Amino acid sequence: MATKNIAGVNVDVNEEGYLTDPSQWTKEVAAEIAKEEGIELTDKHFEVLNYLRDENEKGNVLTIRKVGKSGITDIKGLYTLFPGGPLKKSSKIAGIPKPTSCV
Amino acid sequence: MNIKQDEHPLKKVCIICAKGAIEDVYATLVMANGAVMEGIEAKVFFTFFGMDAITKKQMNKLHTSTVGNPAMRMPGGLPFPSLLGALPGVEAGVSAMMMKQMDALDMPPVDEFLDMITAGGGEIYACKLAADMFKLEKEDLTDHVIDIITIGEFYALAGGQNTQIIFT
Repeated sequence: MATKNIAGVNVDVNEEGYLTDPSQWTKEVAAEIAKEEGIELTDKHFEVLNYLRDENEKGNVLTIRKVGKSGITDIKGLYTLFPGGPLKKSSKIAGIPKPTSCV
Repeated sequence: MNIKQDEHPLKKVCIICAKGAIEDVYATLVMANGAVMEGIEAKVFFTFFGMDAITKKQMNKLHTSTVGNPAMRMPGGLPFPSLLGALPGVEAGVSAMMMKQMDALDMPPVDEFLDMITAGGGEIYACKLAADMFKLEKEDLTDHVIDIITIGEFYALAGGQNTQIIFT
């Protein structure tokens, strides 16, 4: 574990850059991590991120299927928003742990 | 998992599914979906009994075998007698139970799983030889299927560095 300064905030991250404490997350931190992943965040992105954070807080396991059924976006939309690893990247930007599910 | 510096990350998987039992088809679907989720290109070739997974009439009615399957257990963990598995309706019941357990883990029915894979850019193909053998036309197959092709044509899609072919 290491401390990293992202967008002027000191956050704790693991070796892969995932925040280890979701409460340290801010919108600015999200935008900065997203930039590293080559993604420019829009309101739609934040809708997904907030959904992921809510679900994570409730202790639910996140899957692509669940996000696809959230009513925010369908699975194709999720791939478009977070290309090249939708669940992994969105979780990283949402400041929650790396997803452990296989679907 | 972190990729080591001296390793080249996987870029493409080509998966061949030749069997039609739930576990064979789902192994294929989980691997294909897992690939696109990681940003790895996935191409899937269904052949022989695997054709059931992409045949409209059969795809959501797959079974697992309750006979000759030594890993099959009763809900409590006791061995599942093969003779019991041979009784009418038992295979259907066990299969339905298995699908229910998988659904609880967010593993969708076959058609929805194919939706997920193709939404992520995965490509589905059917084997020409098997289609001829089972007398299946393109319209008998789910719309997820891009084309009916020969194994040679499938190999042609498997080019490029860091590509793996997986057979289930």
